[in-house]
Amino acid sequence: MSTAADSLTDHHHHGPAKGIRRWLFTTNHKDIGTMYLVLSLSSLLIGGLMAFVIRMELFEPGLQFVDPNFFNQMTTMHGLIMVFGAVMPAFVGLANWMVPLMVGAPDMALPRINNWSFWLLPFAFTMLISTLFMEGGAPNFGWTFYAPLSTDYAPPSTTFFIFSVHLMGVSSIMGAVNVIATIVNMRAPGMTYMKMPLFVWTWLITAFLLILVMPVLAGAVTMLLMDRHFGTSFFNAAGGGDPVMFQHIFWFFGHPEVYIMILPAFGIVSHIVPTFARKPLFGYTSMVYATASIAILSFVVWAHHMFTVGLPLVGELFFMFATMLIAVPTGVKVFNWVATMFRGSMTFETPMLFALAFIILFTIGGFSGLMLAIAPADFQYHDTYFVVAHFHYVLVPGAVFSIFAAVYFWLPKWSGRMYSETLGKWHFWLSVIGVNLTFFPMHFSGLAGMPRRIPDYALQFADFNMISSVGAFVFGFSQLLLIWVVVRCVRGKGEPATEQVWEQAEGLEWTIPSPAPYHTFEEAPKVS
Amino acid sequence: MPAMWRVLTGCLLLLMAGPGFAELQWNMPEGVTEVSRDVHQLHMVIFYICVAIGVVVFSVMIWSIVHHRKSKGAKAAHFHENTTVEIIWTAIPFLILIGMAIPATSTLKAMYDTSESDIDIQVTGYQWKWRYQYLDEGVDFFSNLSTSWDSIENKTEKGEHYLLEVDNPVVVPIKKKIRFLFTANDVIHSWWVPDLAIKKDAIPGFINEAWTVIDTPGIYRGQCTELCGKNHGYMPVVLYAVAQDTYDKWVASQLKAQEEAKSIKEMSYEELYALGEQVYTNNCASCHMPTGTGMPGVFPALHGSDYITNKDPTDQINIILKGKPGTAMAAFGDQLSLSEIAAVATYERNAWGDQKEQSVTPAQVHTIKTQAALSN
Repeated sequence: MSTAADSLTDHHHHGPAKGIRRWLFTTNHKDIGTMYLVLSLSSLLIGGLMAFVIRMELFEPGLQFVDPNFFNQMTTMHGLIMVFGAVMPAFVGLANWMVPLMVGAPDMALPRINNWSFWLLPFAFTMLISTLFMEGGAPNFGWTFYAPLSTDYAPPSTTFFIFSVHLMGVSSIMGAVNVIATIVNMRAPGMTYMKMPLFVWTWLITAFLLILVMPVLAGAVTMLLMDRHFGTSFFNAAGGGDPVMFQHIFWFFGHPEVYIMILPAFGIVSHIVPTFARKPLFGYTSMVYATASIAILSFVVWAHHMFTVGLPLVGELFFMFATMLIAVPTGVKVFNWVATMFRGSMTFETPMLFALAFIILFTIGGFSGLMLAIAPADFQYHDTYFVVAHFHYVLVPGAVFSIFAAVYFWLPKWSGRMYSETLGKWHFWLSVIGVNLTFFPMHFSGLAGMPRRIPDYALQFADFNMISSVGAFVFGFSQLLLIWVVVRCVRGKGEPATEQVWEQAEGLEWTIPSPAPYHTFEEAPKVS
Repeated sequence: MPAMWRVLTGCLLLLMAGPGFAELQWNMPEGVTEVSRDVHQLHMVIFYICVAIGVVVFSVMIWSIVHHRKSKGAKAAHFHENTTVEIIWTAIPFLILIGMAIPATSTLKAMYDTSESDIDIQVTGYQWKWRYQYLDEGVDFFSNLSTSWDSIENKTEKGEHYLLEVDNPVVVPIKKKIRFLFTANDVIHSWWVPDLAIKKDAIPGFINEAWTVIDTPGIYRGQCTELCGKNHGYMPVVLYAVAQDTYDKWVASQLKAQEEAKSIKEMSYEELYALGEQVYTNNCASCHMPTGTGMPGVFPALHGSDYITNKDPTDQINIILKGKPGTAMAAFGDQLSLSEIAAVATYERNAWGDQKEQSVTPAQVHTIKTQAALSN
């Protein structure tokens, strides 16, 4: 394994090109991974700014800052940018950086497709954001774009939204193909499937989910385009179509999509917890099977997003039972992480703190998810702030915290510098306080009867909303610390990192120097 | 770990939100029907199960975090699998889930039994109001938000039922089985009254059903819960549950008022303008704006448009009557009375100076409406 690092010295002439050409034409998985992560961080800031507008408006009852139509544009764009611009590219960026290093491959299997799948995204998002400045404003129908609100009743800019979703879909599919090709073909000799690191496993499964559902999303937006411009009536009851069919198609994509945003997070946490507990991961095999079960189940639960559309009784029952089943493999994962910590020898560096917060807060999101699965109770929860609380718990202290954990965990490997532990801890504590202050009260306002996606609300919801807004401001501004931490490392401040970085870190990625050289594993390492 | 303390205090707060603290409004209401109480109970049971699981799992985790830390000299064990344990913690959740599914299934079955109703009410969602049609009684009316825009824009004080008040509430008798039939005229809406545990989507072209039997008289409030465009936050539901004789009297008075509204009245310009302003505010201002300037690219302006600069009001009356298919412009022919259509047409012509004191009369509207019916 150690020979890989030594052989690198001969290859300095393969270093990166200079200036902008390096980034435009690069086929290097590390450069592309970095670009994905930078794009993700920019999206996080832009989407965060929109959340800021939303929380400002909801700070008090009444209309203070924006009109209801602009408010709807903000909720729509916030959702789209966070899902497609922040969370998904972050995981693709991490996969680009880490999958080749973890399987001992010199690069991704399809480096040019890799370049293209990244470079589609800046254009897709520029186009999406440009709709804010068009006549009639940006899409205002929610990130779920239910017909007919997104067809006959939508602003003209919707067509640009459709095209940008097409581009994102093309990018995601190519990215997923690349990940699968790399994992299947380029593993180091001796690395059998059941020896693969869990991040690689979860990404392999995620990539299959992406390939299976992104075309469904593309189909949905294409039908939308046809209904808007070419006189078809896929989703128009007056023309013989069915608006509920839109929801079936959307959520057939949408439910696997939420697992696309959480499975890689499971992988990350399964690396960090053993590292800082100094004890091997408990139940590796069951982790792999649980991930696969969750992925398979994700295809047969979509209509739990639609319990109130008037499904027949058997339909409700089927989707209720199937959804409840997901709690079993998810529970197994949480139990495995806890068992990994049990009788370990733990330290609490920033990645571990974020991973621990992930386990607790994601589990709380899982509990509310289980409550939402119970159809009769869901009639009361559906489309209220209880749902907003639920999915933000699984996505922010869930997916986003896992990304933060990953950044702190691997930043020394990427930059060659240890980040400032003090700043990291500040970032963690402010984030964890902010996130709970923002989203915990939403459970209460939802149960008390506050619908989601409203710019103004009845007076009994005022206290909870004010708390949420204050929490959101704390959480939002504390992300500036993350930028500071990353910029410090990139600029070469901080202690130089060792090869292994963390005392008990295991895996091929910790056998190469820090920072990781531009080319790694040109000769495949051997895994015993 | 403060994170955990916060979670625990949060859970404790939720626990207190049971029966004793219900009026503080941070838990699901128990409601006023048998079904709503079943749903509430189901909610509390699942919640307590989740809390119990959470307490066990997080306790082990906290125990490890406190005791098994390197700074306390903990030495890591090396175990990394145990088939028995893994089978146990797969099987136990599965059994708990079965325990949850049984009561959920029976409640759901009860909620789906819409047979043998005493009163049938069709509820139609419009952007952004509800229409209630009592199928046997013949009562038919629209229900609009009655909170003033001034209080929404913080120019006046907000009342107790801010955003949860309407001009015409839906009225039902207690202790009768009421069946609601939901549909929509434009986009998807969703009708929700928490105290009845009814939330059902109103979908254009489709009919959904739900039912209720209310035990206690009272005023029950809810809101539209499916994003339905700009004023989604401003289409509340207010339901009065009253004794049977009060209900009967209400039905009689509604029918009388509906009969009166059908007649062709003689109205002065001032009467038309005043009524028109009211109708415009309730039905038109949210898109075309109080200034008649619309929203560029989304909703067209009325001020300066051909419809009202033309001396002949035929086109204007026609579009109000029939709407513009494929756009947000609804057909108001069945929504508004002849006087109301005449009044709003009058108001639009004069409010922004496109015409000078030009009246459109209910008789004119009547003529055009009859012609339109013939030409179809």
